[in-house]
Amino acid sequence: MKILVTVKEVAEVEDEFEISGLDIDESYLEYDLNEWDDYAVEEAVQYSEENDDVEVVTVTIGPERSEETIRMALAKGADRAIRVWDDSLEGVDFLSTEATSEMLAAVAEEEDPDIVFSGVQSDDDANGATGVMLANKLDMEWAAVVNTLDLDLDEGVAGVHRELEGGIEELTDVRTPAVLTIQSGINEPRYASLRGIRQAQQKPLDVQSLDDLGLDTGSLDSPLERTSMYEPESEGDATIWEGSPEDTAGELADFLRDKGVVEG
Amino acid sequence: MTDVLAIAEHRRGELRDVSFELITAGRELASEVGGDLHLGVISGDVDAFADDLNRDGVDAIHTVDDGEEFNHDVYAQAIPQLFEEAGADILVTPNSVNGLDYAPAVADDLDLPLVTDSVALDGGDVTEVTREQYGGKVETTYDVDSESFAVTVRPAEWPQAEGDGDAEVTAVDVDIDEDAIRSEVTGFEEVGGGDVDISEADVLVSIGRGIEEEENLVLVEELADALGATLSSSRPIVDNGWLPKNRQVGQSGKVVTPDVYIAIGISGAVQHVAGMKGADTIVAINTDPSAPIYDLADYGIVDDLFDIVPELIEEFGGEAPNL
Repeated sequence: MKILVTVKEVAEVEDEFEISGLDIDESYLEYDLNEWDDYAVEEAVQYSEENDDVEVVTVTIGPERSEETIRMALAKGADRAIRVWDDSLEGVDFLSTEATSEMLAAVAEEEDPDIVFSGVQSDDDANGATGVMLANKLDMEWAAVVNTLDLDLDEGVAGVHRELEGGIEELTDVRTPAVLTIQSGINEPRYASLRGIRQAQQKPLDVQSLDDLGLDTGSLDSPLERTSMYEPESEGDATIWEGSPEDTAGELADFLRDKGVVEG
Repeated sequence: MTDVLAIAEHRRGELRDVSFELITAGRELASEVGGDLHLGVISGDVDAFADDLNRDGVDAIHTVDDGEEFNHDVYAQAIPQLFEEAGADILVTPNSVNGLDYAPAVADDLDLPLVTDSVALDGGDVTEVTREQYGGKVETTYDVDSESFAVTVRPAEWPQAEGDGDAEVTAVDVDIDEDAIRSEVTGFEEVGGGDVDISEADVLVSIGRGIEEEENLVLVEELADALGATLSSSRPIVDNGWLPKNRQVGQSGKVVTPDVYIAIGISGAVQHVAGMKGADTIVAINTDPSAPIYDLADYGIVDDLFDIVPELIEEFGGEAPNL
């Protein structure tokens, strides 16, 4: 059995930052494994530990820099990794969901997994669409926003809870092979152990170009073009209390007393 | 004519608010690109839904009577057929959990470029879509250089459509391949029950990622005690298992409307705001002055919660715990 997990290195932005051109200036970005993908990796690794002969393969799209992040997934128990990158992707403002899922689909067709886990969304772009589009391209079944999973690959069924809005969960039986988009909180992602980190250095990490995947750059063209990025104007008109912690806490305390919501 | 098809959303026999917001967004877009607004209503009591959705600005309603509840395999098959029936060019769906469970597949089948989670739309020969990125720290605009595209719109960004409409309602006979239905919805479960109902509280002390460690929770528990308030939280705290699900405020948790909501170490992501924007008075304590929570707050303290909260506890006669 094989589980394919799509992972992404995402950029996190410092509190203070500047925008240069159509993106946040590189110097204000720190890179990490996408939070949702961390849960997806954990879900796959747990299944592989509880069942015999399950291989966990991660796939990412990213430049060489992202290998450090991808190794973290290997250190947490994934067996091998595939990184898709191409010179033609250098300097591209953004990748459309179509382009991303097209590349991931090419890898998935090669790997022929029994199930695919994908994070619900990425921290930075937050499209929330890649997993379902990938499933459609692979003609697989899917389920979006899974926060409980009872998987039986031998029976070919995944019993899932989909987290809907307002504290309601939908209980659904999904036929595998399928793509499940994994919601945060589904498990407790582990920290990589020192031993895991050492072992990760020895695990295979293959780099695939568009050519290797049988794709040409034209297949990634999109009619979408990013035209601006800016900091939204604050709509707020909050009264900000200023001063030492003692002063500001005092202001808040007075306010709460005046409001009559607390006594004392 | 460039026509718009918007897909209504319902759950357990009720239309969801976003359906009426889609009418507003879809109407504006249709007018800008010079076309009609069609609505698609799939599954459930479609006649009653169509009647309710028949509001000012809707030109035509197409219903598909198939099953009771949302099933993405039915939606994914029905929508392309409705799109063709309506002669539509633009597909608009909610950016909801269910909207994102079919829109990417339908866009792929119809070969439409897809933009999700739109917060503003400016229709034209080239339509401009605005969305947020990097956790709401920035907004970006995208030009869609195509007459035909799909867009999902964020709930609660457009007002709900009102006023009676006079759209013609047509029942559409779509072909559904039963073999392509590979998921079965077996039920629903309400989560987050228990002894505490945060939606009933008058004062909420709400804690977010800024608390850093589980051991530090005692600090806000002590504050809630000193104030006679109820403790709630944003999602990461519940994801980490530090507080039970019934304490979670937000889109997937509870919607709360207290007199005072004290947000401590909460940045104010859109999913959280959806659950607390109805509070009478919002106080934020957060070190980041550009955090989105300050767009909403009435009062704020831009400082470290580990300095402010102990002071507050002592103000109300409590004893700040040693961390």
